[in-house]
Amino acid sequence: MSSVATARLLPAEETTPAPCADTRPVKLRVTGVSVSFRMEGVQRTVLEGINLECREGEFICLLGPSGCGKSTLLNVIGGFLTPTQGQVLIDGQPVTGPDPRRIFVFQERGVFPWLTVEGNIGFGLQHLPAEQRRQRIAHYVEMVGLRGFERAYPSELSGGMKQRLEVARALAVNPDMLYLDESFGALDYITRHTMRRELLRLWTTEKKTILFVTHDIDESVQLADRVVVMSARPGRIQRVVDIDLPHPRDISAPRYLQYRDELLDELGVAHKV
Amino acid sequence: MMKLGRPSWLQTRDAARSAGGLVLLVLAWDLALYLSAAPLLPRPWQVVLGLAELLTRGVLLKHIAASLFRVTWGFLLAVGLAIPLGFALGWNARAGRALGPFVQFLRPISPLAWIPIAILWFGVGDPPAVFIIFLASLTPLVLTAMNAVRNVPAVYVNAGQNFGLGTRELFLRILLPASLPDLLAGLRLTLGIAWLVVVAAEMIAVNSGLGFLIVDSRNAGNRYDLVVAGMVLIGLIGLLLDWTISRLARGFLRGRDMIGDTP
Repeated sequence: MSSVATARLLPAEETTPAPCADTRPVKLRVTGVSVSFRMEGVQRTVLEGINLECREGEFICLLGPSGCGKSTLLNVIGGFLTPTQGQVLIDGQPVTGPDPRRIFVFQERGVFPWLTVEGNIGFGLQHLPAEQRRQRIAHYVEMVGLRGFERAYPSELSGGMKQRLEVARALAVNPDMLYLDESFGALDYITRHTMRRELLRLWTTEKKTILFVTHDIDESVQLADRVVVMSARPGRIQRVVDIDLPHPRDISAPRYLQYRDELLDELGVAHKV
Repeated sequence: MMKLGRPSWLQTRDAARSAGGLVLLVLAWDLALYLSAAPLLPRPWQVVLGLAELLTRGVLLKHIAASLFRVTWGFLLAVGLAIPLGFALGWNARAGRALGPFVQFLRPISPLAWIPIAILWFGVGDPPAVFIIFLASLTPLVLTAMNAVRNVPAVYVNAGQNFGLGTRELFLRILLPASLPDLLAGLRLTLGIAWLVVVAAEMIAVNSGLGFLIVDSRNAGNRYDLVVAGMVLIGLIGLLLDWTISRLARGFLRGRDMIGDTP
């Protein structure tokens, strides 16, 4: 890139309609959400005045430095944390607690070590008749490539396999939203890369709305329809960047690199190490 | 990360070392008494003869059964009360703060200090002894269950709630299995305490059991061979109880890598 200014200009022929033209129904609406609590006698504001809208089937990344409150925001949306102010609406209904229609995927440490692969995937399927349950489990075992490991315990699996297991456990209950909290952060570079491709594949086939928290710029440009950039202390939405690239995305393409540069600038990260 | 068992030749070597240590200990015991000629203290072979005598008199199994009976009942009653109570105290912060100090207050009081009250309430025979075992096991088990629940990683509880579990299901499907390693370790330790205490309790209010055997053998003509025989039996049975419970625990926790999976 010759200069940052030209890097920010995207080729005109590839611009797409503005996001307001999106006709998909609004899935999630966050209005005026603030979170603050007392810590060691000082009132700390973790999130301030968050407004966010997400349409059905959208893939949104919450990107920001550690400590910017992006995980807190995801926990508020997930119903694990009540905001100090503001509200979260999903399908027009206020969120009052966690709900099986929206599954939170933690880092791979969320799988239950006392259950086998089958037991983990079937965890949310207790209400189904045995035969249907067995089929669902088999389907998702297959989908995340864990065939042959049905009877294995998580301690016998690698980090990437555990992560896939947790995603499978979430998908098995057929939720309409998935929340992923730096879910691939603990994996090695190559596994992380594969996992992103897998997630995109699942997203296209299963048509879920996905909120993905990350501090990894590349991850957000590779995955998201929109990247919500957050600033720290207090956590605010700094900017929303539409990533207007078709999947599969070429991570060496100039346009990909332009988005990457744009986000680097937005987060105030130097381009040189 | 497959777990590999120790090769069998290593196991044989370990067993040989344990047996060798035991033999050396018995030889040292015999040699010490041979050299010092201490009065009354029995030599190893006298203890073996004592055990044989108890067996032929038909009282050996009776005493063992009596002690095991008391320890089983006292321990099981304590488990039945302490696990739910400890779970409730560990889960509900307010209840924990209200009753936690009380449990901590009871802990340093030796269970043997309760003997007079146990006799007052339950008279003589099995009930006071069972009550003492029950008390001795109760506080450590409540504390075990309390801490075990508090140590369950929030991520498991959140995941359980996310899948729509109610309180009862959350206990059965998340808290209980997640805290099982801690619980089993606590059960093992407490069973040791219970066994330690049953013998002491039997020295007072009953006329059977291994504790009674020891006191009675001294009173009935300084039969120190039988006293030591009783001690040896207590040690052996304690070892057996510990081995059994740790075997059971390993069965319950099969497949779980205790170190690798606790974040």
